[in-house]
Formats: sequence, structure tokens, C-alpha cells
Amino acid sequence: MLEIILFYIAASIALIATVLAMTRANAIHALIYLIVSLLAVAVIFFLIGAPFAAALEIVIYAGAIMVLFVFVIMMLNLGEEGDARERGLLQPKIWAGPTLLSLMLFAELLYMISTIEGPVSMQVVTAKDVGLALFGPYVLAVEIAAMLLLAGLVGSYHLGRRYLEREV
Amino acid sequence: MAAMIGLVPLIPLLSSIVLMLTYAVLPRLLIGVLGVGSVAAAAILTLLIGMDFLADPQPFQLVLWTWMQVGNFSPGISFYFDGLTLVMMSVITGVGFLIHLFSTEFMEQDASYARYFAYLNMFVAAMLILVMADNLLLLYLGWEGVGVCSYLLVGFWYQNSANGQAARKAFVVTRIGDTAMALGLFLLFTELGTLEIQPMLAMANQQWQLGDMLPLIACLLLLGGAVGKSAQLPLHTWLPDAMAGPTPVSALIHAATMVTAGVYLIARTHDLFLLAPTAMMVVAFIGLATSLMAAFTALMQSDIKRILAYSTISQIGYMFLALGVGAWTAGIFHLMTHAFFKALLFLGSGAIIHYLHHEHDIFKMGGLRKKMPITFWSFLIGSAALAALPMTSGFFSKDQILLQAYQLPQLGPWLWLGGLLGALLTAIYSFRLVFVVFFGQAKTEPSGDVGWRMGVPLILLCALAMLGGYFVIPVADVFPIASTDHPAHWVEYVSIATPVLGLLLAYLLFYSKQLNMDGLINSSVGQVLRGFWLSGWRIDWLYDLVFVKPYTMLSGLMKNEPVDGFYGLVIAINQTFNYWGMRSQTGRMRWYIGSMVFGLILLLTLALQIPAEAL
Amino acid sequence: MDGLNIPLNHILLVSTLLFSIGLLGLMIRRNIIFILMSLEVMLNAAALAFVAAGAHWGQPDGQIVFMLILSVAAAEVAVGLGLVLQVQRRFKTLDMDSADRMRG
Repeated sequence: MLEIILFYIAASIALIATVLAMTRANAIHALIYLIVSLLAVAVIFFLIGAPFAAALEIVIYAGAIMVLFVFVIMMLNLGEEGDARERGLLQPKIWAGPTLLSLMLFAELLYMISTIEGPVSMQVVTAKDVGLALFGPYVLAVEIAAMLLLAGLVGSYHLGRRYLEREV
Repeated sequence: MAAMIGLVPLIPLLSSIVLMLTYAVLPRLLIGVLGVGSVAAAAILTLLIGMDFLADPQPFQLVLWTWMQVGNFSPGISFYFDGLTLVMMSVITGVGFLIHLFSTEFMEQDASYARYFAYLNMFVAAMLILVMADNLLLLYLGWEGVGVCSYLLVGFWYQNSANGQAARKAFVVTRIGDTAMALGLFLLFTELGTLEIQPMLAMANQQWQLGDMLPLIACLLLLGGAVGKSAQLPLHTWLPDAMAGPTPVSALIHAATMVTAGVYLIARTHDLFLLAPTAMMVVAFIGLATSLMAAFTALMQSDIKRILAYSTISQIGYMFLALGVGAWTAGIFHLMTHAFFKALLFLGSGAIIHYLHHEHDIFKMGGLRKKMPITFWSFLIGSAALAALPMTSGFFSKDQILLQAYQLPQLGPWLWLGGLLGALLTAIYSFRLVFVVFFGQAKTEPSGDVGWRMGVPLILLCALAMLGGYFVIPVADVFPIASTDHPAHWVEYVSIATPVLGLLLAYLLFYSKQLNMDGLINSSVGQVLRGFWLSGWRIDWLYDLVFVKPYTMLSGLMKNEPVDGFYGLVIAINQTFNYWGMRSQTGRMRWYIGSMVFGLILLLTLALQIPAEAL
Repeated sequence: MDGLNIPLNHILLVSTLLFSIGLLGLMIRRNIIFILMSLEVMLNAAALAFVAAGAHWGQPDGQIVFMLILSVAAAEVAVGLGLVLQVQRRFKTLDMDSADRMRG
């Protein structure tokens, strides 16, 4: 019973925080809301018996990736005039069309999940289970992820290096 | 002597080439000497060869070299010489020489003196090749050669676009006939395996029976070529327009030589025509119809050269009539005499036009008898011969034709009657010309009478036109012997009397004016008939309506290339798609995202249509 | 016990809503940093759906896919932020609409 109440609270926080993040003019403010949203999702993970995923969500998503965002925003040193222009963009003329499209997609997805029934099992899938599956049948996925991260590393290094050289 | 025959066409050809290459370099005197001298040399050679031949009349062949070799088809550059060739060569070189001489004075003031003689010499060479060829392919070469020269000379004064049009008309209309003739050659080669005239005719006699279908078709195709070249119905319309060329050209090409090539062709292949009596009948009727049609038209014309042009069409009609009834000798005889007197008449008209400031309308002439005596007498003699008054050359030849036509079983008398009507009309229109131009009151003052270079040819041709009837042409071995029995005497008398009657009528109508036709002419029927005949039986109008207008309309449609338009449509559709595709590449990321989402929605909608069981 | 568990379709509903919000942000924002954030939100929503489905069956597979998504997100952010730096240097702005000529 407690879990259900906690779930609804966490879900509400996640949704509200995301909406706020999407509508902020200031990038740092938006980023903070996004981190809140990610922490709320981590709570949901924990509640549905995936503590390992919850831990990864906090450590990697909220911790590493979002910090990367913060670094970049700080590097760019965006001023107040950028915020003003972002605020001007949030007019009905601009968001009416995209909202309609989003609502249509949402309606369709809703229709699709409406037939699904049943609860999630409260059985905890431990880190050990995940580890066994990961290095058992899913070892290929690990290698693909490794290559992907390597590519990301090389790409970001390349882009960032030239940026630094020219700036100096 | 026989080997010299090759030189006859070669000399004018070389002279023509020299004149073309040295255009505008040679002095006028030298151009004249070269142009006239080459034809004179050809004439003298022909004379020598002819005397040799008459002493020992053996036909012979001269093979110079093989033209081309394709499988078993190997036409040669080779000549065949017999009595018929001799007659044709004599006419071409003899009359040709006189006309060349005449031209030196006629064209004296013209800027393109050398070009004129180059064309004229080339014409003589091509015409000689035509009559001397021993195979039909070489004959066809000459045939097309004279066609080209005719085109060039009709359009000689090309600065005036009407002359160019006339030249084009002459070329295109004769080309229709030439195409038929080419088809005829193909047929003959396919069926008989050779185009050499003598072996081919012998083969035809072996292979085909009298009245077979194939010789009929071959004959009709050859006749198509002859009809085109000789300006017979229905392809005669080019000749009156061809008068746009210089008058000596009309005399040489469009009266004496080229237009009789059709007659020569039929006479040369007469063995073939004898196998197809139907084709002979067609020839006879085309000849008669053309001769009457042209005679009526000549009666109404007022342009001196057009009168002579229609009279030429009419006289060639007589030759066709002669060929059609099997009077080969008479036909060729008329060809020769006609060459004499019609060249005389054309040169006479050339003299008048030359000294009357290029006036063509006979009603603006008049009273020239005293002012231009030589021209008057030559015109009088020429007209007398044309009208076939007794003792002139035309009398002998035309009389033969009419009598032999009469003797043809069944249809003969009718053909004779038609020919007689033609003879009557001929006499009327030829003396109408004489009376209107040379008698009565002077309306335009001539700037003198002919000089010696015009006078000598006129006088010599006068003599030929008077005495040509006494010549005996050496074609006895060439053609089958015509029947010698004479028809009833009254037929002969009527034939002789008709031209005299025509002369009398012309005298009453146009000289003493005792007979007045004004009332008849001015009546509504008379006016309609007059307009009808004046326009040459409206045949030009008809051709224009049936062929020229639809053709130009069709080309007008095709000018916009409707087929290309279809492919253009394909291109346009592609370009439209390309344009819109390009327009969608704005580089605006949010549009791309929006499009992707829209596509995703569509795909999901489609996926939802599939029932869950099917997945 | 059964009636008291969290319903699966509620979790999926949250996931769908997050996804739609992320999509909306992607479409209306011009700032490239916000576009990247929207992508993170959408990836996260997808990850939530996977983990929920895995939890429904009590299997680890959902979390495996979550980890794959995590690595994709990490790589994408690394490259994307590198691009952000380049865009800022070349155009002196983060507005994507001013970088629509597709050439440097």
C-alpha cells in the first residue's frame, strides 16, 4: 500500500518536473528540474523491484550526464539576453502545432497500452541477476555498448579538441 | 571513231568544271568561248561519229569502266550507240550549240555569266549521259543530273524569291515521278536480274508473256518517271512555272531536250511496253488528254513564255500519243522537229523579251514586224511549223502521228479526232501569238533587232524548222516496222486541212477582227470557262488544296514536336517533384522533427489497423 | 496482495506522458541544449517502459535494455555537447534555426 502511494507521488513529481524543465528559459533552471525528474524516475525503478537500475539512474543519468550538461552550459557562459529570446519563443503560435502532433501520438500510445492489464510483480531483480544475464546471453549487447561508447568518446574528443585549439 | 563517243559528254563536263572552279577569274570572252566551244566540239564529234555510223549502221557498246560492284550487280560507266542515240545526241549537241551561242548575247549583261555557262554545260553533259547510257542506272544518273541543272537554272535569278519557289516546285514535282521510276528500276532488277537495257529487254521478252501483270506494273512505274520529267498530266504543273528561268534555258531544257527525256525513256524501253498493251493505252490517253488540256490553256494565256510552255506540254502530249499507239518512229521524229521549231520559238521570244525591256505580256507588244524582221520571220516559221502547216517540219511529223493513230483498231479514229482538235487549237494559239505580237499597233518600242550571235542561231533554226521534215532518222533498226498501208485519202486531207483552218480562224479573230468573240467571252459561261482555262484547269489550285495545304498544316503541327512534348511532360513531372522535394529541404530542424512525428503517427495508425491475432 | 500492487499500465501511462512531453519540447524549443535535454527525457521515458515490462515478468532483461539505453544516451550527449560547442563557436548562437544552411 505504501509503495502504491509512493509510486503516485514519484510519478507526479517526475511529470511536473519534466514539464517545468521543458518550459524554462534558463538552461540551468531547466537542468535542475530535469535532475529532479530523473531522481523521481529512479524512485519508481526502486519501487517496481529494480534497485540496480535505480542506482544507475542516479549515478550515471543524474550524476554523470547531467553534470556534463552543467559543465557545457557553464563553458558557454550564456547571458541574460539568451533567456529573453527563449521566453519569446514560448508563444501559442509556435507550440500549437507541435502540441497537436504530440497529443495525437499520445492518444495512439494510450490506445495501445489500454489493453495491457495486470500488476508488476514485487519480486526484486537483484544486481546479481542483472549481472548474470548481462554477461550470459547478452554479452553481445555489452560489446556493442562498449563500441558505441568508444565511438562517442572519439567523436566528442575530436569535436571538443578543435574547439579548444581555435579558441586559443 | 567509236571510242571517241566517250568524249562527247566529257568535253562539256570538263568545261563546266573549269567554269565552276575559275568563277569570276576568267574574262567574259573566254567564258563564252569555253562555254560555247565545248558544246560546239561535242556537236562536231557527234557529227563525225554520226557520219561514220550512217556509213555502217551497226549499234555498238563502249564500256569505260565498272561503276560499282555489289554482288551480281555491276553497272558500268558504259555507253550504247544506235540510231536513236544518234538522233538524240544530234538534237542535244546541235540545238544545244545554237542555244549556247544565242545565250552569249542574251546573257551579256548578266553578272553571273560564268555560273550560267557552267550550269548549261553541265546540263548538256548530263543529258548526253542520259541518252547514251547503256544501263538504266547510268540513265538514272543523267536523269537526276538534268533535274538538278533544271533546278539550278530555273532558279538562276535567285534574288527574286518567286524564281526560287518555281525552281523548288519543278524539282519536287519531278521528284515524285523520279521516285516511281526508281521503284520501277528496283522491280526490273529484282525480276530480270540486270539493268543493262538491251539484255534486260531480251530477258523480258523471254520471261514474260504479252499482257502479264509484272511488265504492266514496271511500265506504269517507268511511265511515272516519264510523266514527271516530260510534264504530262498529272505532273505537268511545274513546267509553266519553270519559265522563271532565263529564256535560252527554257529553250534548251524546257522545250528541246530535258522534257523529251520521258519520250526517250519510253522509246528506249519500247520492248517492255509492247508486252503491256494496257500501259500503251495509258500512255496514249495521257498524251491526248495532256495535249488537249494544255492547248486550251495556251489559248487563254497572255504571257508569251507561258503560251510556249503550254504549247510544249501539248506537243509532248502528241509524242506520248504517238508512243501509245506504237508509232515509235513518228514520236521520235516529232521529238526532233519539235526541238527545232520550239527552240526557234523560245529563242525568238527571248529576243523579243531581251529587246523589249523584259516585257512578257503579248498584249503590250504588237507591231514588231517592221522593227525586228529577223525575229518576225523566225517566229513566223516557228509558228507555222508548230501549227503543222504543210511543207514545214512539224507537218511531216504530226501528220505521221495522226495517221498512225487513226489506224489503231477500235479506238484509233477517236484518238485521231482528239489529235485533230488539238492540232486545230495549236494552229489558233500559235497564230494568235504571231498576229498579236507582230501585227497591229506598236505599244512598246524595241531597242533594236538581234545581233549576229542571236541572229545566226535563229536563222539556222529557221532552216531546220523548215527542212527538218525531210530528214530521215536512222531508227529503222531500233523500232519494229510500222504498218505502211495508208488510210483513206479523206483522212489525210482532213489532217492537212485542219491547221490551215486554224490559221484562218486565227486570222479572222486576231488580225482582221471580222469574227468577234467578245460577246461570247463576256457572257457568264464564257467568263467561267476563260478563268478555268487561264488557270490551267485549276489543277494548281487542286494540288494546293489536296497536297500542299494539308502538308503545311501537318508540318505546322509537327513543328511544335508533339512527341517531344510527351517526353517533356515526363521531365516536367520529375522537375515538379524535384522542386517540391528541394523546397522541403529547408534545413529547419523543427520541421524535420515535425515531419518525422507526423510520419510516425501515420505508421502507428496503420499498425493499429492490423488485428492483434495477425501479429 | 495482488490487488495492492502497482498496475503496469499506470507505469506505462507515466512513461507515455514523459515521452510526449519530451517530444513536445523537442519540437518547440530552438535552443540546441534544450533539444538535447528533450532527447534525454524521451530516452528516459523509453527506459522506464522497458524496466516496467521487465518487472512485470520479474525478469532482468528489461534492465539490460535500460543499460543499453543508458550507454546510448551517454554517447549521444558526449557527441551532442561537442556539437553544441562547435555551433556556438561558428554561429555565436545556440539557435538551431540560424544554423539551417547545413554548411560551415
